[in-house]
Amino acid sequence: MNLSLSDEQVFLREAARGALSRFKTFEAVREALDGKTDAIPDLWPTAKEAGWPGLLIDEQHGGAGLDAFDAMLVLGECGRVIAPIGLLGHLPASSILNDSPAGASLLEDLATGERRAAYLPVSPPDDLSGRWTVDPRSGLQRPDAPTASSDGDGARVSGTLSFVPDAPGADVLVGVALLDGKPVGIAIESDASGVSIEATTRYDASRSLGHVTLENAPARVLDAPAESLASAWHLAQSLIAAESLGSVETALDVSVEYAKERHTFGRAIGSYQAVKHSLTEVLRQLDNGRSLLYYAGWARGGAPGEFPLAASAARSVAGRALDTASRTMISVHGGTGATWEHDAPLYFRRAQLSRRLLGGTNGATDRVAGELMAQADAA
Amino acid sequence: MDLDDTQEQAAYRAQVRSWLDEHKSEAPVLDGPGALEDESEIIAARRAWQGKLAEGGLAGVTWPKEFGGQGLGPIEQVICNQEIAKAKAPGILDAIGVGMLGPTIIAHGTDEQKTRYLGAMLHGDEVWCQLFSEPAAGSDLAAVQARARLQDDGSWKLSGQKVWTTNAQFASYGLLLARTDADVPKHKGLTMFIVPMDAPGVTVRGLRQISGEAEFNEVFFDDVSIAADAVVGGVGNGWGTALTTLMFERVTIGLGSEGMGYNSNRFAQAIARDADARADHEVRHTLGEIASELLAVRFTGYRTLSALQKGQVPGPESGLAKITIVSGAIKAGDLIADVLGPDALAEDGEWAYMISFLPGLKSAGGTEEILRNTIGERVLGLPPAPRLDKGIPFSELRSKETAAA
Repeated sequence: MNLSLSDEQVFLREAARGALSRFKTFEAVREALDGKTDAIPDLWPTAKEAGWPGLLIDEQHGGAGLDAFDAMLVLGECGRVIAPIGLLGHLPASSILNDSPAGASLLEDLATGERRAAYLPVSPPDDLSGRWTVDPRSGLQRPDAPTASSDGDGARVSGTLSFVPDAPGADVLVGVALLDGKPVGIAIESDASGVSIEATTRYDASRSLGHVTLENAPARVLDAPAESLASAWHLAQSLIAAESLGSVETALDVSVEYAKERHTFGRAIGSYQAVKHSLTEVLRQLDNGRSLLYYAGWARGGAPGEFPLAASAARSVAGRALDTASRTMISVHGGTGATWEHDAPLYFRRAQLSRRLLGGTNGATDRVAGELMAQADAA
Repeated sequence: MDLDDTQEQAAYRAQVRSWLDEHKSEAPVLDGPGALEDESEIIAARRAWQGKLAEGGLAGVTWPKEFGGQGLGPIEQVICNQEIAKAKAPGILDAIGVGMLGPTIIAHGTDEQKTRYLGAMLHGDEVWCQLFSEPAAGSDLAAVQARARLQDDGSWKLSGQKVWTTNAQFASYGLLLARTDADVPKHKGLTMFIVPMDAPGVTVRGLRQISGEAEFNEVFFDDVSIAADAVVGGVGNGWGTALTTLMFERVTIGLGSEGMGYNSNRFAQAIARDADARADHEVRHTLGEIASELLAVRFTGYRTLSALQKGQVPGPESGLAKITIVSGAIKAGDLIADVLGPDALAEDGEWAYMISFLPGLKSAGGTEEILRNTIGERVLGLPPAPRLDKGIPFSELRSKETAAA
């Protein structure tokens, strides 16, 4: 039994914190919201230097061969400073390729960060439906995954994916398509014919998103097993959970400091139960989220059958935690917390968008129920 | 990061399992066909079983060897608990004594007390109860009013009332926090005593709760004589001694079975049986939210255990898990009642019992409010609320409270 960080993991986390501290990310995101889109710093060189693009790629292909939990630690640090960085898209993509001998030749450049990948998020079936689905552009109806048709050694893929994290500027798109109704891994060069990526930001300027349209786009067919294709989705869930919890940490720190300093009626506001209890509620949700990251990190290697449950639970708790943390941050700061110059709105914007990406926090919550009821059937 | 046993732990687990394989047929049957029904028979059988567990080394795992324990660590205690649960055998009857009160006596008691009481406690020959809470002293435990007065011969006379006392109806002894000096500030005038529950003047009365059952007691003390050598930890040091007990309470809860039986699988099972409920988005969403938090608690427990293994003492943040468990179980009970309708409220059913038990559990082992205060102050470092009782002799507090109101 050992659920504490190793020395290497502590070092990885501290190094990430140090590397990211060189950027004024909050200021940059605020400026970008004001229309200065070039204000967002390019953090990819920092990621490359630190070796993060190759975190989940085996050493034989130039990566670090680390675990999902290590990747979560790095994403947590990114979340602490709402760093705009391409890892949420890159890492799940690299995990599918790493499980695909047919994609091996792509790995070296992705491990060094010379080229960047983006994950085309396709949600695996749940206990109620046998469908592989993608996020809709709008509404509750989830469209089917892109379809593929064989074309020589490869395939031609058609489909639309909305609000894909880190798609703009990616060199290669990696995801899942249905070939004769069966899910297969696909890798598509972003400059290939039939590929269009419409860059967009929505509400949170720190998040790079793209609408991806594929029209008979030539794809390499990957031989990753179906479990790996599903696992990439759950990996993305656990990464965005880790990132959200990182944001919760700093939102809570700032709120607590303010509650100690700000006085009303002759005493620090943090001494009032109403304020104290709302801050401990943030801590409670944060602590639950952290425990679930350990669960997800352990399950991915130690109990793969539980990874969908663990990652979905982490996502569910983390999404709510960031919403609670950002709203608490605003109310603890009083009117100031709702003004443009404060950082609280940036946390709030991140919370509202993050909860709706990658299947949404609600989708993850539903999957927790589905996985547990499927377990109950089996018992 | 892993959840696996080390070689030594695996060997210990195998040893515990083989003892249980050999002896579990001797364990009393408490559920299902052939279960014991008479209360006093159940208690007698569970005391005897505790004795067997102690002989086999499965009770007092973390107690020092000189007091009959195994001298092992918290991880072995957890392994032992897990194996007993897996064998579907009952655990020890006196978990409060062995988990909290015995360790307090080991830490603060005299040599005579250790020799006299610990062995009988461990083997279930003498069951113990914890006499701390009072009707007017719960969250503010140092406000206890039970009064022990020193007699000329060095003995004490005790009067007062305790409440929420588990096992008092069959306990031989209680560890009791009393006020021995009312003219000093409240934390300073307290003393811990060992009280024989069969002493003249002790009255135990069952305390019925929402379910109609009495799982706790009220205990009344009317001029009860207590010997001079019954003081634990020194006169006037009762608060420090009580903090030791409360620390062991946190450890016991931290090592206890996951979530007190309020776990996500149990609730999901109840919903999954209803085909309409399991396809209902609102039901699924509510279940998913509750289950995610309860799943977290399991891994919070493993994190606590990892810390304990490194010799760290669990801090007040362990109260967060208690808040999560109780609030999660309350929501789960509500959801299940929504799905099953009035059937969930059948008096003898599992859900009515749980639904009835939880509102009180919110206050047990620290109310949610006091836990959030403590965590806010000691974990987040927020300033405490101003208090009116600091430095004031206990005897003057009442008039000060009245004046402030």
